Amino acid sequence: MRPFTYLHAKSPAEAAALAAQVNGARFIAGGTNLLDLMKLEIETPTHLIDINGLELDRIEATAEGGLRIGALVRNTDLAADSRIRKDYGLLSRALLAGASGQLRNVATTAGNLLQRTRCPYFYDTYQACNKRQPGSGCAAIGGFSRQSAIIGMSDACIATHPSDMAIAMRVLDAQIETVRPDGTTRVIAVADFHRLPGSTPNIETTLAANELITAVTLPPPLGGTHIYQKVRDRSSYAFALISVGAVIQTDGTGRVALGGIAHKPWRVETAESAMPKGAKALSEQLLAGATPTHDNAFKLTLVERSLASVIAQARAQA
Amino acid sequence: MDHRDLIPISRRKFLIVGAVTAATVALPPFICAEASAANLARPIKSQVSLCVNGQFLALDLDTRTTLLDTLREHLKLTGTKKGCDHGQCGACTVIADGRRVNSCLTLAVMHQGSKITTIEGLGTPDKLHAMQAAFVKHDGYQCGYCTPGQICSAVAMLNEIRQGIPSHASANLTDQPQLIASEFQERMSGNICRCGAYSNIIEAISEVAQASV
Repeated sequence: MRPFTYLHAKSPAEAAALAAQVNGARFIAGGTNLLDLMKLEIETPTHLIDINGLELDRIEATAEGGLRIGALVRNTDLAADSRIRKDYGLLSRALLAGASGQLRNVATTAGNLLQRTRCPYFYDTYQACNKRQPGSGCAAIGGFSRQSAIIGMSDACIATHPSDMAIAMRVLDAQIETVRPDGTTRVIAVADFHRLPGSTPNIETTLAANELITAVTLPPPLGGTHIYQKVRDRSSYAFALISVGAVIQTDGTGRVALGGIAHKPWRVETAESAMPKGAKALSEQLLAGATPTHDNAFKLTLVERSLASVIAQARAQA
Repeated sequence: MDHRDLIPISRRKFLIVGAVTAATVALPPFICAEASAANLARPIKSQVSLCVNGQFLALDLDTRTTLLDTLREHLKLTGTKKGCDHGQCGACTVIADGRRVNSCLTLAVMHQGSKITTIEGLGTPDKLHAMQAAFVKHDGYQCGYCTPGQICSAVAMLNEIRQGIPSHASANLTDQPQLIASEFQERMSGNICRCGAYSNIIEAISEVAQASV
């Protein structure tokens, strides 16, 4: 790990302003992903701005009937919040399907959205990776690609986004609140937050430089049956091969997003009208244009079968 | 902030860039002074106060020092083990302010004023913690390397169930989670046992859970 200076910020706006003054500054909250990458010198910040203690750790009701989740609410606390468990079960389920108890106790809501890919070629600093070192190439293309994306990727990158929580946030149409170094704030729809890799896979979100997430808001509850189904190589503490997050109403309509298959949570709103027709029709529309490799073509089948399972579970619970 | 060009040139430009972009908030002088003097080539020190197993300590640490290395290398509390050092194995699990955490994935400077409990703080050879005694009774280990982390994790995990925190194994999100083996297995998945003592570990945890009901 490279040496760095370290400072506690006193307010979100101050944190953003301070970050803008030091080339190579990073915010640190839970640190479970950042420190992991700093040990490998994939992340090499010169200055850490600790934002723990900024009182962004509360979940409050909004005037619209939704919830405002502070950026620093830990994954455990978010999953265990009685309002989330009752009205946004998909979010609880997605969080509890991710990481381990130890990690969930520390990892934050904002940090979860910002976690970086688990592509093995990103982690192996001896391999080419356009995300880690722009212009160096992509060793995953033509390499071992069982875990890689099957849709939305580019010639520069076939990595997937690892977050379970983000899949639920995408289905729930969450909004991300931020503050910028000049003190101005804005709201970014989670749909617009994560980027496809294109020619710049190193740029993963639409956050501007030194922009700090302060909260994530949820619209009023959708009702319906909430299901998060994650398929992985072991039954706990593993990243998804694929995952399905869905909210399905009693009439068979609903919303769905897929994890483990793309550079961002994969939701195609126009495909959702196919949900009442069943998994095959829905899967075909969600995955139209998919270009899997030989190693991960199984994900197409896995998505369709998981969608069938989720739709059947929703019918049984309706 | 997601600069990918953090090579020495950018660090030499550290002060210049800071001066050019200086806005309304001034950086504390020590940040610039440290960065300038050292060019970030040598360690940066920071004062950290911790309460470890009931003992208050003031330490002067390299900012890079993880909580794990603080315990093992500075405080010589070597009960906490370094396995993978990347949060994947759970051997480094300690209880920080009542919660189990991977001590390898958190910095000591992030724990200013925290109460840390390690395996040495749970029990002593003469007076074992109930979970330690149960691990002995049920032979919940072979080589023993993962055991301190397993025990710290298990103690905090039972508290999480008592607090009503659900898990992936909970059938219903809104009910009080049960003290049953399937819950323990899911909740202990962040602690890997390379010897495979899992079934005995679950028996040890089950005994402590039942005794405390």
